[in-house]
Amino acid sequence: MEDYKKTKGRIFDIQRYSIHDGNGIRTIVFLKGCVLRCRWCCNPESQEYAVQTMLVQGEPRIIGRDVTVAEVMETVEKDRPYYRRTNGGLTLSGGESLCQPAFATALLRAARDSGISTAMESMACAKWEVIEGALAYLDQYLMDIKHMNPDKHREYTGRSNELMLENAKKIADSHMTELSIRVPVIPGFNDTPEEIRDIAAYTGRLGNVKRLHLLPYHRLGQDKYTGLGREYLMGDVKPPSNEKMRLLLHTAQQASGIECQIGG
Amino acid sequence: MGLYTYDSTDIPKTDRIPKLVEHLYAKLPEIESARAVLITESYRQTENEPMVIRRARAFAHILENIPIIIRDLELIVGSTTIAPRGCQTYPEFSYEWLEAEFDTVETRAADPFYISEQTKRELKEADAYWKGKTTSELATAYMEPETLTAMEHNMFTPGNYFYNGVGHVTVKYEEVLAIGFSGIRKKAEAQLASLSLADGDYQKKSRFLQAVIISCDAAVTYARRYAELALKEAEMCTDGARKMELLRIAQNCANVPEKGANGFYEACQSFWFVQQLLQIESSGHSISPGRFDQYMYPYYKKDLDSGRLTREFAQELMDCIWVKLNDLNKCRDAASAEGFAGYSLFQNLIAGGQNGEGIDVTNDLSFMCIQASMHVFLPQPSFSIRVWNGSPHEFLVKAAELTRTGIGLPAYYNDEVIIPSLISRGLTLQDAREYNIIGCVEPQKAGKTEGWHDAAFFNMCRPLELVFTNGMDQGVQVGPRTGDVEGMKTFEEFYHAYQVQMDYAIKLLVNADNAIDMAHAERCPLPFLSSMVDDCMKQGKTVQEGGAVYNFTGPQGFGVANMADSLYAVKKLVFEEQKATMKEFKTALMTNYGKGLSSQDIAAVTANVAYEMRAAGQDVGEAEIAAILKTVVAASESPEAKANGERLQKLIDEVPKFGNDIPEVDAFAREVAYTYTKPLQNYRNPRGGIFQAGLYPVSANVPLGAQTGATPDGRLAHMPVADGVSPSAGKDVNGPTAAANSVSRLDHYIASNGTLFNQKFHPSALSGRKGLENFVGLIRSYFDQKGSHMQFNVVSRETLLDAQKHPEQYRHLVVRVAGYSALFTTLSRSLQDDIIRRTEQGFGEEA
Repeated sequence: MEDYKKTKGRIFDIQRYSIHDGNGIRTIVFLKGCVLRCRWCCNPESQEYAVQTMLVQGEPRIIGRDVTVAEVMETVEKDRPYYRRTNGGLTLSGGESLCQPAFATALLRAARDSGISTAMESMACAKWEVIEGALAYLDQYLMDIKHMNPDKHREYTGRSNELMLENAKKIADSHMTELSIRVPVIPGFNDTPEEIRDIAAYTGRLGNVKRLHLLPYHRLGQDKYTGLGREYLMGDVKPPSNEKMRLLLHTAQQASGIECQIGG
Repeated sequence: MGLYTYDSTDIPKTDRIPKLVEHLYAKLPEIESARAVLITESYRQTENEPMVIRRARAFAHILENIPIIIRDLELIVGSTTIAPRGCQTYPEFSYEWLEAEFDTVETRAADPFYISEQTKRELKEADAYWKGKTTSELATAYMEPETLTAMEHNMFTPGNYFYNGVGHVTVKYEEVLAIGFSGIRKKAEAQLASLSLADGDYQKKSRFLQAVIISCDAAVTYARRYAELALKEAEMCTDGARKMELLRIAQNCANVPEKGANGFYEACQSFWFVQQLLQIESSGHSISPGRFDQYMYPYYKKDLDSGRLTREFAQELMDCIWVKLNDLNKCRDAASAEGFAGYSLFQNLIAGGQNGEGIDVTNDLSFMCIQASMHVFLPQPSFSIRVWNGSPHEFLVKAAELTRTGIGLPAYYNDEVIIPSLISRGLTLQDAREYNIIGCVEPQKAGKTEGWHDAAFFNMCRPLELVFTNGMDQGVQVGPRTGDVEGMKTFEEFYHAYQVQMDYAIKLLVNADNAIDMAHAERCPLPFLSSMVDDCMKQGKTVQEGGAVYNFTGPQGFGVANMADSLYAVKKLVFEEQKATMKEFKTALMTNYGKGLSSQDIAAVTANVAYEMRAAGQDVGEAEIAAILKTVVAASESPEAKANGERLQKLIDEVPKFGNDIPEVDAFAREVAYTYTKPLQNYRNPRGGIFQAGLYPVSANVPLGAQTGATPDGRLAHMPVADGVSPSAGKDVNGPTAAANSVSRLDHYIASNGTLFNQKFHPSALSGRKGLENFVGLIRSYFDQKGSHMQFNVVSRETLLDAQKHPEQYRHLVVRVAGYSALFTTLSRSLQDDIIRRTEQGFGEEA
């Protein structure tokens, strides 16, 4: 076995038959650890790198396990017939995959080497060298942009957005991958037409962006906060209505001039 | 590239179609007596004639006299009953069950029928004649005592053909469309003329051919009655447009099915008469139209090219046929009605696929068939799609759109498995390529096959129960004595005992089926049907007597997943890991894992114990029985039984299960399926054909599961058995691709009578064009791995509500909300409620 396939990393889930995160039918590997602390995060168990115990339907469950690239690929390989028919493949998600640069890059390389297409959901909140290393093996970059205002970004996610926006430009300019921008639409944070317009306009200016996705807020992660003994800061915030999403979609289309859609 | 270019654009539905549907479903279907009365009249007059002639004369007598009706707005006519969706009865097969259910048939939960007091009287009077004359009585006389015992003990259920006609056939519709019954009559006359009076088989052949001639004439007479009725109604009609329609109907019925069809409209009417009259001749269901898009295409193409026909009118005619297919109905006994719930006649119509030369022949009509199912939105026809590497992508996407509606149609079939599988059973390459599907999932070559598909339900769990009771059931020795399980030292010994029980039950199943087969040949030969199946005319005998080119008997086994999980759990826990003993398993099964027994179960266990004691030479009287009963009750409710059951269930839960993409378990399941499919193919039927296994349960996995005790996979007594070749409900926890990978590792080729794989999806999984693309990709990927059949339930609000109540049955159910997929049962109650509300609102939108 090649050495890079022995690279170890920490994941908290592998989900097969995913159809919303990249082309076709995909297997998502969720890497543990994140640089941000978004209030609406639907995978709060992804944030800490440390292995945690979370109550799932009343039963304690260990979240996080250390695995090699080769071990992950054993599962990823199982759905090869579906990738072949749908142009699907491996998607890395998190957390922020780039928090484990060597592992993430080795996973992408392993997939690429065996003819499986690759995608990564990421905020691009990492040093450019790290991103560049991953781009060499990455077919689709699904990059989050959450807000254009640095202060508001910091308030709601714990970090400012300059590095990510800068990296977005570099990724677009690199021509090394198919870049899509994904915007979580969070009521009270970025769901005004002005805020969406600003993100969309920036996306348009990046050039070389395939698509802009508006992902409506959902509260599927709510129970996990309780399971981790944490408070759910979003409270009773309701998901945006279909009408609102359609309005924002229209705004995004106008401002970006590229293909936009609701959902992944 | 296919043979045809096709137009796939949508065609709108006309106002006529919802009105026809509304009329059809306005009231409860009704049982009528006309056929029973007429066939009895005829039989009384023909006592001394050969059976095949009696059948033909009875058919003619029915068609000359049965009341006829043209329903409002119909363009295609021919109704078997005056009441919409009504049914006639068929006392020549069996009648006692209906008389016994006269007073409950209207109020029963599954498929109720209205029946008037007058009809009851008329049927009773007619039925009196049939005592001692039915196929079911003769079949019973042909069965061995041990076969009857096995049936009483629910080892298998050949109820379908035991009490009804066989059906399950596709005839040469194309020949009737081309030359009409006058043409078929001429062929019969020519055959007759070629016989020599001195031939040894002259009597048999000549009487059969005469019966064909009588039957052809009867069909023509019936159509002419419709022509006259249409003319009469036209004369009285004040609506100018409808008057024209009725005049056209009169003209159609005067021409077909007597002559070859002149144009698409006449072809539709001719098709319909064949479809309807086959179901007047006999009560067999699953009379399947087959490749409608192929044999109708020449008429469509010619009319379209010449400007005689628009696509819109062609679509309306097809929609009318789709409605008519729901006008035919059948009343089954209460138990069978549960097994086939939904008034289904399983008239399977298939679109797409290859021709005999291996070229794709998807055409306009293939798309219009999908469109018709969308327009009419009723359960019939059972609509199927053929899929192969050459299938046009757009065709599958259009089919996926139909799946997305949640109607449960179409079913998808894999040419790449079915064609070689049929060739392995003796079909020519060309015939195999032209296959269609009968009933649920059974492949065959139209117009050449008497497949006896659906010949029985065989419950693979029951032989394993007998392994644990040393062949005993309710105090009766139903299977061989394979030894006390507690004395078995190796897994091989245990597995061998299962094989011995299987082999024995399979042998009796064959005995039962062949007895019924003989009874049909002797008492209910069908000359009308046989006039449209090769080589009956050439051979001078009916399909029931072996006149078809290809003859099979296809009984279906079910419970593969339960048996795979059960045997694997015993292998692992008892013999490899020594975590449990055979004694513990035996106790757990006997006490239903300590979860309590029904009074019926307690009686059964008591009888078994008493039997063993007697066998050991003890004197067992009333007092002893009472003592055993008491012990059994106490034991089944004891804290020890409960603790033992709970401990075992926990251990079993941790053993890997079929359906999770674990190659070792899946390979084991493949072997387990062979315990049914391999022995069966060594047997022959009276028509000169072989037995071939299917692996599918229709919906019988629920009622027949109710007759099954607890199994070593942790399943409790009387719970449903796994559906088809699908994993046990709730045991596949790695999603749809993992389940499909596992199921594809079974040998689908050897189960040449068909396999059935059901998957459940939330409609959101198919939303948008991308959802459809991925869905088609999923089907193709399963088929790449040599699965044979796939069908989908797009889950409804009701299913989700049920999943809230029984989460253990739905652990695999994926839903998608707001661009995010999740396992439904892992979500909180409030989120589940949210999703249920969204499901009510519909789908199709990216959300």
